[in-house]
Amino acid sequence: MVVKTLTGNYAVAYAVKLARVQVVSAYPITPQTTIVEKLSEMIEKGEMNARMIRVESEHSALAAVFGAASAGARAFTATASHGLLYMHEVVWWAAGARVPLVMAVVARAIGPPWNIHVDHQDIFDQRDSGWIIAFAQENQEVLDLTLQAFRISEDPRVYLPMMVGLEGFILSHTMAPVDIPDQELVDSWLPPRRQPYVISPDTMYSMGNIAPDEDHYMMRYSMAAAMEAAKQVIDEVDKEYGEVFGRSYGGLIECYKCDGAEYYVVITGSWAGDAKKAVDSLREKGVPVGLVRVRFIRPWPRERLLEALSGAKGVIVFDRAVSMGSVGPLFADVAQTLYPLGISMKGVIAGLTGVDVKPGVFEEAIAGFIKEAEEGPVFVPSEWLLPRKYRGKYPSIPREVIAR
Amino acid sequence: MTAEAYPVLEEPKTFFLAPLSKPAPGSAGKTGTWRTHKPVVNLEKCTGCLLCWLYCPENTVIKLENGKVAIDYEYCKGCGICATSCPFDAIEMVPEV
Repeated sequence: MVVKTLTGNYAVAYAVKLARVQVVSAYPITPQTTIVEKLSEMIEKGEMNARMIRVESEHSALAAVFGAASAGARAFTATASHGLLYMHEVVWWAAGARVPLVMAVVARAIGPPWNIHVDHQDIFDQRDSGWIIAFAQENQEVLDLTLQAFRISEDPRVYLPMMVGLEGFILSHTMAPVDIPDQELVDSWLPPRRQPYVISPDTMYSMGNIAPDEDHYMMRYSMAAAMEAAKQVIDEVDKEYGEVFGRSYGGLIECYKCDGAEYYVVITGSWAGDAKKAVDSLREKGVPVGLVRVRFIRPWPRERLLEALSGAKGVIVFDRAVSMGSVGPLFADVAQTLYPLGISMKGVIAGLTGVDVKPGVFEEAIAGFIKEAEEGPVFVPSEWLLPRKYRGKYPSIPREVIAR
Repeated sequence: MTAEAYPVLEEPKTFFLAPLSKPAPGSAGKTGTWRTHKPVVNLEKCTGCLLCWLYCPENTVIKLENGKVAIDYEYCKGCGICATSCPFDAIEMVPEV
């Protein structure tokens, strides 16, 4: 065990090295680039026994690691934003082929206009593809989650690829002390690569040939079953990881100050840290508020959320992405989960395109929601928390703009 | 890749269906029913040059032990490439009835 000061991106790279990944392929894109830069340095120095495949695009990067993984190698790639969108077709192929694979996604806004700052739009764009999708809050968790990703993805109950999300710049380029586990300990915990089939001249499998529609349907059904099974695997792996390495995060969700809470914040990603500060401050003022950080967007932690929020009087959800013409994707899932509870709910669209949301802004929004909910039932699917310089000049619900 | 690097194959633990196939005869069913014309080999004229066997896109020209050819009517779709490629006019396309 050694503690180093690492950026979130280097934390990913160290985890990939510890997982003894054999094939890496990637195309540079800010803010992901330093992950594969570091990996390529490790390979060049002989610290890591892997092949780096250079490609001309992200579509090819994921195709290359998908091919390597199908042939039996533990493989890894990383991307962000437009790169992830460019991969989108192969994202679906990898999941549909049930090939275990790990990809780091350094969340970044999507243009136009060009913008390298954080929001969650890119990763939520992959939501329905069949990948397991997780979000870390801090650099240590980035390393731990990346290691766990190999274990989860390669579990015979799962056999689905997994994305590890970390926020651009907030984590990717910010340094923090990270405990790097010993190689021997990782080797004893992470089994050799497992996968359902290997494509080689010996096995003579062909993947993706046209199939009867009914069989294709059943392949989707099989993925859905694996997603359900993954819920248990994720909680199990996180718990076991805690026993071996001394750190666990709650599996699918993390409950923060949930004891005695009546109102809850639901949020995902590193800005949960800022929201936690707001919760701390409100708690000091005697407001009974807790926070649930969704660590896994897919599989959606329905049962864990219902359990954690069963006694809630109201829930406020912060989305750093939006489904244009509808609501925030996190709110949509929270609302369908908590529907039977019939409690007050509000979805807030904030922090898009890198707009910073400070603890004070969170606190104001949370306190405002609680005040409204105390007066009577609240159901607001999407309220836009505008950037400071526009706040008050436009209504917080865009449809009200039409009346002007 | 070293032997130790090879993955451990393990049966999936949930209902599992992957988009895999292996080469096998007739994976699309008995495609012979698609035919409107069938190739008939005139063994008198056939020299066993095997050009038809080489050109058949469906592997439905069968090499006989006597060096000549026959057609696998279960899967032959009746495209007529064999008849066209035969330099000796030994294959005739006959309408199906």
